[in-house]
Amino acid sequence: MKPKNQRLVLVACAVVAGFFVVLLGIWGLRDQAAYFYTPGDIAAGRAPSDRPIRLGGMVEKGSLVRNDPLTIRFVVTDGAGKVTVIFRGIPPDLFREGSGVVADGRLRSQGIFVADAILAKHDERYMPPQLGNQAAEHKAGKTLER
Amino acid sequence: MIAEAGLAALWLAAGLAALQLLLSVPTVRGTIDGAATVRAVAVVQGLFTLIAFTMLLTVFARTDLSVALVADNSNVAQPFIYKIAGAWGNHEGSMLLWVTVLAVAGAAFALLSHRTSEATRIAALGAQAALALGFYAFLLIASNPFARVDLATMLITGPTGLNPLLQDPGLAFHPPTLYLGYVGLSIAFSLAVGALITTEVDSRLARAMRPWVLGAWILLTLGITAGSYWAYYELGWGGFWFWDPVENASLMPWLAATALLHSVNVLAARAALKAWTMMLAVLAFSMSMVGTFLVRSGVLTSVHAFAIDPERGTFLLALLAIYVGAAFTLFAIRAPRLREGAPFELVSRESGLVVNNLLLSVILGIVFLGTLYPLFVEAISGEKLSVGAPYFNSVAGPLALFLAVLVGVGPLLSWRRERRPVLKRLTVPALLGVTALVITLALAPTLALLPRLGLTIAMFLAAASPLPLIGRNVLRTPLATWGMVVSHFGIAVALAGMAANGAFTSERLAVARPGEQLGVGPWTVAFGGVMPAAGKNFTSMEAELRASRGEGVVALRPETHYFSDPVMETNEAAIRTFWDGQLYTVVGRQDPSGGWQLRLWWKPFVTLIWAGGALIAIGGALALLGRALRGWRAGRPRPEPDWRRRYI
Repeated sequence: MKPKNQRLVLVACAVVAGFFVVLLGIWGLRDQAAYFYTPGDIAAGRAPSDRPIRLGGMVEKGSLVRNDPLTIRFVVTDGAGKVTVIFRGIPPDLFREGSGVVADGRLRSQGIFVADAILAKHDERYMPPQLGNQAAEHKAGKTLER
Repeated sequence: MIAEAGLAALWLAAGLAALQLLLSVPTVRGTIDGAATVRAVAVVQGLFTLIAFTMLLTVFARTDLSVALVADNSNVAQPFIYKIAGAWGNHEGSMLLWVTVLAVAGAAFALLSHRTSEATRIAALGAQAALALGFYAFLLIASNPFARVDLATMLITGPTGLNPLLQDPGLAFHPPTLYLGYVGLSIAFSLAVGALITTEVDSRLARAMRPWVLGAWILLTLGITAGSYWAYYELGWGGFWFWDPVENASLMPWLAATALLHSVNVLAARAALKAWTMMLAVLAFSMSMVGTFLVRSGVLTSVHAFAIDPERGTFLLALLAIYVGAAFTLFAIRAPRLREGAPFELVSRESGLVVNNLLLSVILGIVFLGTLYPLFVEAISGEKLSVGAPYFNSVAGPLALFLAVLVGVGPLLSWRRERRPVLKRLTVPALLGVTALVITLALAPTLALLPRLGLTIAMFLAAASPLPLIGRNVLRTPLATWGMVVSHFGIAVALAGMAANGAFTSERLAVARPGEQLGVGPWTVAFGGVMPAAGKNFTSMEAELRASRGEGVVALRPETHYFSDPVMETNEAAIRTFWDGQLYTVVGRQDPSGGWQLRLWWKPFVTLIWAGGALIAIGGALALLGRALRGWRAGRPRPEPDWRRRYI
């Protein structure tokens, strides 16, 4: 093969690989990306059911109940809506009533959210960006009220 | 006083970087003879950053609470090692470590590298200074690590300690190792930029670049392996890789560096793949900067993201855009002028390495898309979404497995064109792989596809990777070849560990009262009860577990730690390692009925994952040692006398 042709072949390979990445990526992302919803979105019917989604909000005070020793049920709220969440397992260290929570799972019938995982990898000073925005908006709203 | 001295050293280093950049331009053009000065400035600049970093370590060691960073991230009660580690367990300190490594790498390069022409070397030092300048500006303008506390805010909030999750021996080694790897790639970047400026992309350049790439790659491998084990035992979730954006931020430079490591060998041996290698060298460090941006800008939801300050994010993004944009523009201008070297046939080691590079790049692209897609979507439409393990496993997993098959084949090919019947040599490994497949089909018919293929391919690769040694005089085989064999074998070991973990893990989640017995896998675990205990800066609850599987009893004590400053609890898993796997236990909270939540895992052969990672790094170290010894024996090549006439 002449060097020039060889370079053409290499460039062609790289271009094909690039297309391959984009195609695979789009295909995978369409199927697997979990969109983030707030209880308000769910109350407004904007969230799909039986698809992996991510729910974020605050754990409502006084809503945490144990169904059996390993299953907990609690209500997540953002002021605009409420969603009941069921989770089986040991919740993470930082999970408690009145604090922020992000849960991965699916919305089942009767609007109950069945969580596969509860995320709380943030420390006391750190908030997930999704919740941080809400808290900021909330604060801004309060300032306006005054 | 110490803090101010550190700040002064940092300003001086920034000034020297500017001087280094300004001097390097006329030196490369040949209008002044400043090569020796540029080198000296690079060395002194490295020294000043070292001084600044030492000052930061000192204020942390003394817990000087008048320094804001110390007040926010440390306290007197912390054990000494975490006081020191606290220096880089936060945004400002870790950025200071980053530029320190950048400048020290530049100094080491100025002192050690003799292989390229002097023009390329000085151009590379100029590029390194340009990189450093941006990050000095970032530190001095947007995140000064030596700022004193503002007394008013101090009185309101009071000091806080280091995040307890980070109070762990893992923290002492994991970030510095990763940073050395990240920033070591800056030399490859600068050398590529330098060589594109002088258009001297040849095998000498590849030989100069190789030890830096290899060294950075070894440290990245170690850092990722250590980080994976740290997450595994510290987070108490029993997983070794979460596809967390912060993990991906370290994986992406590794993938690019792995590709670069292979293509730089083609350039060194055959003077081929010039443009491609230069692009990878630019890409690898760009990925390091992307990783730094992701982790340090606060755009992600993660324990690693300390900064919630948008100013910093914008600053880092601007730096990223400037450096990556400039380097790729230079590449686009100069790439057509690079003459492609020796041609090769379709079946040859060169094309094997091209396929390796393409696959690694595709995997890199997929990880990149999955990591950044949520940010793009949120920036454009405001919609929030997350991309998790299912995407990465289902899209990148099969490609990685395919790549692992090729790892067994590639090293058997010869340069330029293949005439020997290579496939014949692979008969035995292929048969072993098929045997493994049949055994898993017979013993575990319900296994998922990926773990089953993983076990098969791991078997194949384990048998195929030593083949390059067969038929050679083992004692006279170069260390670099040994290194390759060990690394490739390490891939097989790690793959086997991941597949076994995915396929055979048994998990038990239960609420137990003292005296109860639980079964997990082949083990019976007796729960003895929970005892309170106290640590240096925390109180804890210790569960007592006694596990047995026939012979002998093993005691395990998983704990929950309660920290008061900041208020936080962490689960400390108790893990026991056996030759055939690990028993992993976590204690949760007390149930109102008096029982305790327990989570037990039996993970057969999970340790192979990190053993494989270590083998991969050891292979790299062998290769680096081999190259260094050979270079030392051959003596240093003399620089060309009249390099200046040839450019510009």
